[in-house]
Amino acid sequence: MRVALFLTCVNDTLYPDTGRAVVKLLTRLGVEVDFPMSQTCCGQAHYNTGYRHEAEPLARHFSDVFGEYEAIVTPSGSCGAMVRELYPRMGGRARSEGRGDTLARVLAPVADRTYELTEFLVDVLGVTDVGASYPHTVTYHPTCHGLRGLGLGDRPRRLLEAVKGLELVELPGAEECCGFGGTFALKNSDVSAAMGTDKVRNAESTGAEVLCAADNSCLMHIGGTMTRLAVGMRPVHIAEILASTETRAETAA
Amino acid sequence: MSGTFIGMPVFPPPTHPAFPKAAREAVRNPTLRGNLRHATHTIRAKRAKAVAELSDWDRLREAGRLIKDHTLRHLERHLLRLEESVTAAGGTVHWAADADEANRIVAGLVKATGESEVVKVKSMATQEIGLNEALEAEGIRAYETDLAELIVQLGKDRPSHILVPAIHRNRGEIRDIFREEMGRWGRPAPEGLTDTPAELAEAARLHLREKFLRAKVGISGANFMVAETGTLVVVESEGNGRMCLTLPETLISVVGIEKVVPTWRDLEVFLQTLPRSSTAERMNPYTSMWTGTTDEDGPSAFHLVLLDNGRTDTLADQVGRQALRCIRCSACLNVCPVYERAGGHAYGSVYPGPIGAILSPQLRGTESEIDASLPYASSLCGACYEVCPVAIDIPEVLVHLRERVVEGGVTVRQGNKVVLKPAKGHAAERAAMRAARWTFSHPGALRTGQRLASRTRRLQPRTLPGPGKAWSGTRDLPAVPAEPFRDWWQRTHGGKDGAE
Ligand code: SF4
Repeated sequence: MRVALFLTCVNDTLYPDTGRAVVKLLTRLGVEVDFPMSQTCCGQAHYNTGYRHEAEPLARHFSDVFGEYEAIVTPSGSCGAMVRELYPRMGGRARSEGRGDTLARVLAPVADRTYELTEFLVDVLGVTDVGASYPHTVTYHPTCHGLRGLGLGDRPRRLLEAVKGLELVELPGAEECCGFGGTFALKNSDVSAAMGTDKVRNAESTGAEVLCAADNSCLMHIGGTMTRLAVGMRPVHIAEILASTETRAETAA
Repeated sequence: MSGTFIGMPVFPPPTHPAFPKAAREAVRNPTLRGNLRHATHTIRAKRAKAVAELSDWDRLREAGRLIKDHTLRHLERHLLRLEESVTAAGGTVHWAADADEANRIVAGLVKATGESEVVKVKSMATQEIGLNEALEAEGIRAYETDLAELIVQLGKDRPSHILVPAIHRNRGEIRDIFREEMGRWGRPAPEGLTDTPAELAEAARLHLREKFLRAKVGISGANFMVAETGTLVVVESEGNGRMCLTLPETLISVVGIEKVVPTWRDLEVFLQTLPRSSTAERMNPYTSMWTGTTDEDGPSAFHLVLLDNGRTDTLADQVGRQALRCIRCSACLNVCPVYERAGGHAYGSVYPGPIGAILSPQLRGTESEIDASLPYASSLCGACYEVCPVAIDIPEVLVHLRERVVEGGVTVRQGNKVVLKPAKGHAAERAAMRAARWTFSHPGALRTGQRLASRTRRLQPRTLPGPGKAWSGTRDLPAVPAEPFRDWWQRTHGGKDGAE
C-alpha cells in the first residue's frame, strides 16, 4: 500500500523527529510512504481564527497536492479534523453563499481519504501491536480535536498498551483541554496558561516519565509549560513511541 | 417593533472590558478559582452519571434538536397560536421588540395594580433586560426569591452562572452577606447564624416567607410555552417559584420568543433532558404549569410579555441561529475549562460560559469590545457541544462569529440588513494571516523560511516580543531543529523537489 504523508507545517518546521518516526513506523509495517514536497499547511489556524477566506486557497492547494493519493496519513488530530470535518463544512458554506459546488467537489476526495495516524494503524492496517518497544512509564493525554473532533476513542491507548516495556499510567482529568487552542494561547494567554499549568500538575502527579499525545501543537504548549515549571517530564509524540525499538539494555547504557 | 428604537438592545451596557482583560483578574483569584473548580467538577461528574442512566440519550438529544429547529423555522405561526391560546384562557399577551419596551410594559402593568413591590421567580429573560433596575427607577422594588439570586441581590453582586448565579461564592461568604444585608431588605438573619447549609437555607426561608405572604404581584420567566394550550412551564428545585406563581393576585411572565414549543407532547423530551443536564436530577423537584387564569384559584390576572430583543435577528443567521435552541441548562458552563478559570463575570453578560460567548454577540451585536472578544473566549475544545442536550455546535458558531469580527460581512440588525466592517484591532493579525497564507501557497517560500530558521536557530531567543510575549511569558518556546523534515526527506529519499 502506498500512502501520502501529510506531516503538517508545525511538524515539518519544528518537529522533524515525529516525521521521521512516522516514516520508520509505516515502512516497518510494509507501507510505502510518499512525502509530496509541495505540501504546506491545511489552513486550520486561518479557519479557526475567523479567516475562512484565507483558508480556502490553502484547502484548494491541499487538494491539488494530495488529491491523487488513495490514503493520506497525518500525525495530528487537529489537522486531521480540519481536513476531514471542516473542509466539507467550508464547501457547504461556499454553496450556501451562492458560489456553487466547485469547492465542495474539490475538497470531498481529500476529506474522505485523510486519516489520523492511530486511526490509520487500527482501522486501515488493522494492527494494534506495531512491534514497538519503549521501556518507560507513560501517561496519555487525548487531545481535544482527536478525542471529540475525530472520535479517536481508545485507539491510541490500545496501540500504547501493546508496546513492549511500556507502562501506561492514568492521567487525572485526561479529557480536559490543555489550553493550547491555536491562537487562543495568544489571545487569552492568562486562561490558556492556567489550563496548561493544571494539565502539567495533573501529569506530574502520575509520576510518569513521559507525557504522550497525538498532536505536537498541544505537546508544544504542555512541554513549554513543563520546562517553565521545571517539571521533570518529557512530552513525546505517540508516533515516536510507536516507532521506537528501544530496549531496557539501551536505556541502562 | 417600537419606532423609537435606536442602537443596540440595552442589556448590560457593553462598556465591559474585553474578555482577556476581565479574565486576568479571575485567573489570579485563588478563592474564586477554588469555588469554581469545586462546584463545576462536582456537577459535571453528577451530570455524566445521570445522563449515562438513559440508554436513549442520543435519541432524546436529537429529538430536542429537531423539535427546536422545527419550531424556530415556523416561529411566527407558533407564536400566533400561543397568543390565541393564552388569550382564550383568560391571559393577555404583550409583544416587546427590545429591552426598553419590555421594561416599560412590565412597569406599567405593576403600576396599574397600585403596588410598589413584586416577588420574582428566577428568570434569565428579566435579567437580560435589566428589569429589576428598570423597576427600581420607577419606584418599584423587586425581590428575588431563588436562594442563589437572593444571595446575589443581597450582596449587590452580579450573577455568574445561569443556574447557580452565586456559584462564585462559598458558604462563609454567603453567611456574611446574610448577616450584614438581610435586615436592610426585610427580616434579618437569625442571631448566631453559621455557615452550615441547613442554617443558611432556614434563614433564607424565614426571610422570604414574609415576602411571599405580602406580595400582590409576581414576576416570572418560563422554561417553555406550549402553543396549542397556552400553558407556561417553570421547572425549579426549591419551590419558591411555585409560591410566586400561585400566591400573588397578578402574575406577569416575561419570556423570550424562542421558548415556545408547538405541543404538550414536546415537553416530554425536554422534561427528561433539562433536569439531567442542569442539576443532574432525574426530574425537577418542582414542575409548575399554568394556563391563563382560573376563578378562585391562583392569580386572577395573567400577562405574558413576549420578548424579542435581538432574537429575530439571530434567527436570520443560518449558522448562528442554532443558539436559539438553548434551553439554559448550563451544562456547557459546567464542563467549560475557560469558564472554570475565568468565572462568569468575565463574560460581561447575564449569559456566561460557552452559550454566552455565542449568544451575547448575536443578541447585542459584535460592536463593543466585550462582544468582539467573546467569540475568542474558547480553545474550541468541543466539550460544550458534547454535553449540550439540544446539540448546539457551539464551536462552529464561535468560529462563524470570529469571521464576522475579523472580516465583517452582512448581518441583520433590528430587521434590516447591515454590512459590518471588520472590527478594529485586528489589522496586524489580518496582515500576518495573509502573509502566512501567501507563504503556504508558495512551498518554495515556506522552505526558504524554514531553512533560514534552522540556520539562525542558535541566535533565536526563547522569549518573544509583541503579541508572542503572551506566550513566552508563561511557556518556553520549542527549539528550532537543525534541519526541517523536508530537507531530511530530500537528503535521504532523494525525492524530486516539487517545491523549487
Ligand atoms: S447551550 Fe446547550 S448546554 Fe449550554 S445552556 Fe444551552 S442547552 Fe444547555
